[in-house]
Amino acid sequence: MDFFDRLVGKKKSAKSAKERLQLVLIHDRTDLTPAVLEAMKDDIIAAISKHIDIDPDKVNIDVEHDGRAQRLVADIPLRVATRRRAS
Amino acid sequence: MTGKVVTITSGKGGVGKTTTVANIAVALAADGKKVVCIDGDIGLRNLDVIMGLENRIVYDIVDVVEGRCRTRQAMIRDKRMPELFLIPAAQTRDKNAVSPSDMIRLCDELRQEMDWILIDSPAGIERGFRNSIAAADKVLIVTNPEMSAVRDADRVIGLLEAEEKAAPSLIVNRLNPTMVKRGDMLGVDDVYDLLRIEVIGIVPEDENVIVASNRGAPLAIEAKSRAGQAFRNIARRLNGEQVPFLDLEAHSLWDRIARLAGRK
Ligand SMILES: Nc1ncnc2c1ncn2[C@@H]1O[C@H](COP(=O)(O)OP(=O)(O)O)[C@@H](O)[C@H]1O
Ligand SMILES: [Mg+2]
Repeated sequence: MDFFDRLVGKKKSAKSAKERLQLVLIHDRTDLTPAVLEAMKDDIIAAISKHIDIDPDKVNIDVEHDGRAQRLVADIPLRVATRRRAS
Repeated sequence: MTGKVVTITSGKGGVGKTTTVANIAVALAADGKKVVCIDGDIGLRNLDVIMGLENRIVYDIVDVVEGRCRTRQAMIRDKRMPELFLIPAAQTRDKNAVSPSDMIRLCDELRQEMDWILIDSPAGIERGFRNSIAAADKVLIVTNPEMSAVRDADRVIGLLEAEEKAAPSLIVNRLNPTMVKRGDMLGVDDVYDLLRIEVIGIVPEDENVIVASNRGAPLAIEAKSRAGQAFRNIARRLNGEQVPFLDLEAHSLWDRIARLAGRK
């Protein structure tokens, strides 16, 4: 990467390669495309919203790694207000 | 004697499987071991020319499997090393001429006489790949620090996991330390982060590899070349020795790999 690239903040190519490969490998290993992940997220939000009030924008679903094993992790923050109203 | 069967495979073609087989074989034989290489790339025979034995072929692996000759008759003795042999691939047959159970039978026979049986796998994940891993005690996956080679390596690792084979080890070949330093090539630690299998070898890009293949004399015999040294180190690690990695990259690469591989 030359001086000009650094000046305009262009990312080193090895870094792009690694980030792109990380995503490609998740999909290769699990058949999980970003579209499927997004659809699953919507279903989960719908299911939980039937019972409690959550903020859909704060829900996060991701694939995490443990060595070569992968797991789906959902992070669903509960609203403070919900709890107060319930008490 | 019960020899060990080691298969060298990759997914992607052209990453250095044949080069690796020839060099590890030469290094093991130079160490006094009895070694036989099997060219598993039926229809695209190559190991014979890399080892410089192309003029001595009479019988090939399909002749053995179909009973036209005894196994011994198809084992070509190396020019330099008396305990190094090659069983060549058939050039005019297709991969279906050999089955996984043929390979298991052949390797079981070779185990009686040899210390090491090295199998050069064809590219791809089809029949030739299945044949080459059928009898393997150990699988080595060769990759280059490059997008498609790493991706295909991951696919092959996944297939081996599905077959419940012992965890394979990784050889990162054609590493260019200058490009890594400049941030324009994946480093060994990056490749390890992505694939998460034990690294057993790091081989630099080295033009001597091509010179050696021109001559038909694998460069692991030569003392000077860095790639040759890297291949000799892989042979020693296969023998169970703890050998530090060559210092090709930034310092203490070995420490980082050892840590990542859970050895420290
Ligand atoms: N470490 C290396 N440095 C330079 N060239 C290499 C290296 N390893 C392999 N090559 C070259 O790459 C090409 C492909 O290697 P080969 O062993 O035939 O790959 P494969 O068997 O996986 O198809 C050959 O021309 C070989 O000389
Ligand atoms: Mg080859």
